[in-house]
Amino acid sequence: MTADAPFDIASGEWRPKRGRAKLVQLIVKIICGAFAGISIVTTIGIVLTLIFEAIAFLQEVPLSQFLTDTKWTPLFASKQFGIFVLVSATIMISVISILVALPLGLLSAICLSEYATPKVRRILKPILEILAGVPTVVYGYFALLTVTPFLKTFLPGLQGFNALSAGLVLGVMITPMVASLSEDALYSVPRSLKDGAYALGATKRETVTSVILPAALSGIVSSLILAVSRAIGETMIVTLAAGANPTLGFNPFVPVMTMTAYIVQVTAGDAPHGTIAYKTIFAVGMTLFLLTLALNVFSFWFVRRFREKYD
Amino acid sequence: MMDSRISSRPTPSDFKKSEFKSNLSTRYALDRAFEIAAWAATGIAVAILAWLLLTILIDGLSTLNWNFVTSYPSRKPERAGVVAALVGTAWLMTLVAAFTFPVGVGAAIYLEEFSSDNWFTRLVEINIGNLAGVPSIIYGLLGLAVFVRVFEPITGGRSVLSGSLTLSLLILPVIIVATREALRAVPNSLRLAGYALGATRWQVVWSHVLPQAMPGILTGVILALSRAIGETAPLIAVGAAVFISFTPEGLQSQFTAMPIQIYNWVSRPQEEFHHIAASGIIVLMSMLLFMNAIAIYLRNRFQKEG
Repeated sequence: MTADAPFDIASGEWRPKRGRAKLVQLIVKIICGAFAGISIVTTIGIVLTLIFEAIAFLQEVPLSQFLTDTKWTPLFASKQFGIFVLVSATIMISVISILVALPLGLLSAICLSEYATPKVRRILKPILEILAGVPTVVYGYFALLTVTPFLKTFLPGLQGFNALSAGLVLGVMITPMVASLSEDALYSVPRSLKDGAYALGATKRETVTSVILPAALSGIVSSLILAVSRAIGETMIVTLAAGANPTLGFNPFVPVMTMTAYIVQVTAGDAPHGTIAYKTIFAVGMTLFLLTLALNVFSFWFVRRFREKYD
Repeated sequence: MMDSRISSRPTPSDFKKSEFKSNLSTRYALDRAFEIAAWAATGIAVAILAWLLLTILIDGLSTLNWNFVTSYPSRKPERAGVVAALVGTAWLMTLVAAFTFPVGVGAAIYLEEFSSDNWFTRLVEINIGNLAGVPSIIYGLLGLAVFVRVFEPITGGRSVLSGSLTLSLLILPVIIVATREALRAVPNSLRLAGYALGATRWQVVWSHVLPQAMPGILTGVILALSRAIGETAPLIAVGAAVFISFTPEGLQSQFTAMPIQIYNWVSRPQEEFHHIAASGIIVLMSMLLFMNAIAIYLRNRFQKEG
């Protein structure tokens, strides 16, 4: 009887029986800790998978060939493995996309944070969020079947698959990301700085361009870098609209093949384990992973190094 | 122009030579141009969204009917439908939700409620940040190498289970981040009151913090799922089949999904297939819209209570 009572009746001493509750807590804590560890396991899994298969690839194809060949034809009889063919297409499309996303995204951010009234802001922000939430395969449809025919009316030399419309639509896709991250940066510039500029007689544009933008520069640059990294890793738009024709060079009017498009081309067909085609996608994936990782780390470092603090 | 004048200190001779000209009319004209440019940029973004939605509606509405929703894919576009893809997507979403909800919420509870600031926590946090920046196709390669090849006896290779495990890893960071924010929004006084009554940390979390944070957590989970539903590339990499005339019968069954089906139809040369691709997009976007509506509803209810 007394064993069930929370306190000892004879002495009147309170004895909380928390042994079981503490045991449950320990078990839950271990399980939750293991769940948190899954993120580390995922990273290790990605890195190991890529390294393992990329090494298998490099045993068949020397690194020098991978870096210096000027053609990418691993699926043909005469195999060549010039990764720069794919990298050049990826870079060209990313550059086109950032040329769209930088002005559109940054000006929208300025519009939202400086010019729009709170009411208009409440309408515009969800619209930009919808733009960010459209599945990429839908953008691919749009680029291939709407934008390319539209551009053809101005540019008769444009081919059915081309880097230009893929890059333009990719730019639209990453615009909301640039806009919302840049807006956060603009928004966190303290009011006193703006007031100071106005007190000196600056107009609104002068305040924005020579006080607010420099103060928010680190956030804006990091948003751009993250957007570029997103553009490099984007797959469906370039697969559908840019074509599957590995060509070295920077002509935006002809079909090209990006790294991501190559991975899709091989995996969409059946690539049996152990073939050279199977190994190439991991070598390409490794290149892609290193490229985006470098950009993400750079963006992280840039913010830490150049952030202006006004607390 | 202004900057150089501010940075170099004016000498007395400067004042004698020139008098200050505020030049207001030119500056205001530039101001107006700048404001117009800012509004134009926003307007262009909105206009493109409208253009995109209108194109799809115009292209797809004519071929969207009940037959389309209930038919299997066919070589003849007028008889093709999305039922295999719809059911496949439903399977994927159910499995992804079943995997990511407990794991994501558990991980967030660990990081937010249980752990102190130690090396493990910091490592996990850096990891989550980095994983969010990894392209989705890379997750597809991971799924191909690990779930499809290594765990083939369990997953059955190119199966709906492999696909959903891959998507789960992809959206797990999103769910963890959203859940942490929801947990952080629960006032600390609630926890302190629980501890004062002698409850353990877990008891407080289970009986008070979690119920309070649940609408926020659900919002995050639904938004993450609505990202997973449109993901195409990782599913292609793990081998979702493009031409399947049956619905999945079990976890190890082959499958297709809405975005895969749309991708397949868009990449065909015949124009008829492009129309049914647009119809498929309308179905997919309606599902997305529905999920987002639920998320917004939950968010609003949450904000009213909090």
